[in-house]
Amino acid sequence: MSNTLLPEITDALVACDAASAVALTQQALASGLEPLTIIKQGLVPGIEQVGERFQAGEYFLPQMVIAAKAMQQAMAVLEPELQARQQRVDSAGVVVIGTVKGDIHEIGKSLVATMMSASGFQVHDLGVDVPSQVFVHKVRETNADLVGLSALLTTTMTAQREVLRALEESGIRDRVRVILGGAPVTPEWADSIGADGYADDAVGAVQLSKRLLG
Amino acid sequence: MRPCFKLLSDALIDQIIAEGLGLLMDPGVRVHNAEALELLAAAGAPVDLDAQIAHIPEELVRRALETAPSEFHLYDLDGEPVVHYGGDSVQFDPGSAAITILDSKTQQQRPAVTNDFVDFVKLVETLPQLDAQSTAIICSDVPEEVGDLYRLYLALNYMRKPIVTGAFRKDTWWTMKELLETVAGGQQELVARPIAIFDVCPSPPLLWSDLTCQNMIDCARHRIPSELVSMPLAGATAPVTVAGAVVQHTAECMSGVTICQLAQEGAPIVWGGSPAAFDMREGTTPMGAVGTWLIDGAYTEVGKALGMPTHAYLGMTDAKVVDAQCGLESAGGTLIAALAGVNMVSGAGMMDFESCQSYEKLVIDAEIIGMAKRLIAGVDPREDPIALTLMRELGHRADYLAQPHTLRWFSHEQVLPSSVIDRKSLDGWKRQGAKTAWERAGDRVRELLAGYQPTSMSDDMRAELRAITQQAAQRFGLGELPPLPEA
Ligand code: B1M
Repeated sequence: MSNTLLPEITDALVACDAASAVALTQQALASGLEPLTIIKQGLVPGIEQVGERFQAGEYFLPQMVIAAKAMQQAMAVLEPELQARQQRVDSAGVVVIGTVKGDIHEIGKSLVATMMSASGFQVHDLGVDVPSQVFVHKVRETNADLVGLSALLTTTMTAQREVLRALEESGIRDRVRVILGGAPVTPEWADSIGADGYADDAVGAVQLSKRLLG
Repeated sequence: MRPCFKLLSDALIDQIIAEGLGLLMDPGVRVHNAEALELLAAAGAPVDLDAQIAHIPEELVRRALETAPSEFHLYDLDGEPVVHYGGDSVQFDPGSAAITILDSKTQQQRPAVTNDFVDFVKLVETLPQLDAQSTAIICSDVPEEVGDLYRLYLALNYMRKPIVTGAFRKDTWWTMKELLETVAGGQQELVARPIAIFDVCPSPPLLWSDLTCQNMIDCARHRIPSELVSMPLAGATAPVTVAGAVVQHTAECMSGVTICQLAQEGAPIVWGGSPAAFDMREGTTPMGAVGTWLIDGAYTEVGKALGMPTHAYLGMTDAKVVDAQCGLESAGGTLIAALAGVNMVSGAGMMDFESCQSYEKLVIDAEIIGMAKRLIAGVDPREDPIALTLMRELGHRADYLAQPHTLRWFSHEQVLPSSVIDRKSLDGWKRQGAKTAWERAGDRVRELLAGYQPTSMSDDMRAELRAITQQAAQRFGLGELPPLPEA
């Protein structure tokens, strides 16, 4: 039975069926499968297939986002078991992301956050209108590897610079990579304020982050 | 008979309004502005101050819809009422707040500077199809913090037409008001003959941010017109169905009208928006999608049913160059807007969603707008009998070019396009250099700019505007404003 459970979990994710993905994950645990096996042979192949179908133009954002949420819910079931075994999933990196102070544009940032978490990053999304100090605190608290700053207004791009300064002043700038994005942001701007990179869209943000942390 | 276009049955409009009102009570509207929350609470709306959520009862909304004017005018700088918000008047202005300009030489986007926006304002002045200016482009050669007011300062120096504008901060709004009052000749003069309207955007879903809510209240208190730009992004920040997105739009606009009228009864406010049918592959907000046009058309009908003046962002393209997609999307949206009877249609010149402005697209769009205006002027018999007498007189002769009837009516019946539109013979077109629409548009831009006539604004007033702007810019570390280009 356990042999079919893993492909069924994969299929549930590909079918964007969160309820089944969670139920099957619970069953798999109950049947004695190791959490890491469930993740590596059930969930990860599922989310990868969803990603491939999205790239191929066969799947659209709703499928991508719902599958990513389903994956998160299934992971939440496994989390306590992983802790009990003192195991960890290899995360692609810990990411703190948010839209900078004064700016409430949310959609692009959230898409980037979703794509990153679907690609194996552990993402802490701070939301919008986030003061510099909140970024700094979160980086400290989570020991983040990467900070993502979104800004959609020419008037709030300057707040990206402030966050970089705040990280600098707190002495933790060297510990994290900082990437920028949002409509008015350019690679030149990213360079000029000393960020580590710029991405044009969510897929680009994932690739950039993997490159920076790889 | 005026051609028009109807999307919603009366029953569907009623249901959309009822659901919009339902949303205003439950879950209510998030209002991140203390003054608005106070106004709503004082008027009897249940307000949760900690959660910053207001539940707005129907009576309050209905009263606000009553006191909000169903029509008003914007005036040009000569004091003429040239823009009519209300009824089925249809007028056009360029899309606002582009981040870049499409460079005429390279056809690449680049940040704009003072000269670019000044040329843009001059072009809009010379294009009769455009009824109003807008603060269309952000200039990168001044501090970002004063980007909004600097655009207005520049435009005021070169324009006669009224202007659609907006503030990006709470404090800059006051400087913008001061600039407008200076040009209008005082506070009361600006109230009597408004020359500008401010866009104010609720945030989907159902949120008034501190900034735009304050801008709206400040406008209301000073009886400066404001224009709601509600933007449900269907499938991302709003229900994916057209009708569902319009329900959200209705609720957001009704909350805006209510807050505005509580701040100042009778203050002019417009039912407008910039919705989009969210692109499910790219995660973008397409302005050229038919789904976007449907939302705009439908909310315009709801606004009219409620007796409100209307606005919409239409006639734009998502294309990155001035190509076939650019033309087809801009034309589609413009025609829909005209047929829907949108009072102010913002979007001319704009491309790459709402990111980029192009001079060449602007002059092409002016042709589209000319055609759209002609379309809604409809079919007029002109004479009675229409043709019977004339045709009997001519019998079977094809001699209409020589008829006084033709001379009398041809320029009313037909839109006479500029050289942007090619209707030459193949040989004629080749003789003129076999130019593409892009090239012809470029020629036209140069021709129009050369013919621009400076405004008669006095040097004293120009100096006063400069002093006000300079002072604001100095607060953000700019020593000297860039020099004004020659008028
Ligand atoms: C960390 O690493 C990364 C990496 C990549 C990253 C990244 C981070 N963040 C983004 N990316 C990248 O990946 C994403 C996915 O592909 C992409 O994200 P995007 O966010 O670009 O794309 C999204 C998936 C879809 N796109 C969007 O969501 C933005 C679309 C447009 C139309 C837009 C919207 C929707 C809104 N707006 Co606003 N808005 C506009 C936008 C026009 C445009 N062309 O961008 C823009 C940005 N807005 C503008 C303006 C002026 C304003 N807006 C305002 C408000 C709003 C709404 C709240 C109403 C709404 C946002 C709703 C929400 N909940 O998010 C106001 C400001 C409020 C504030 N303080 O923030 C207000 C000031 C308007 C007013 N007067 O009230 C203009 C900016 C002009 C300028 N020069 O700065 C604008 C270009 C439209 C225009 N031409 O007027 C990439 O940029």
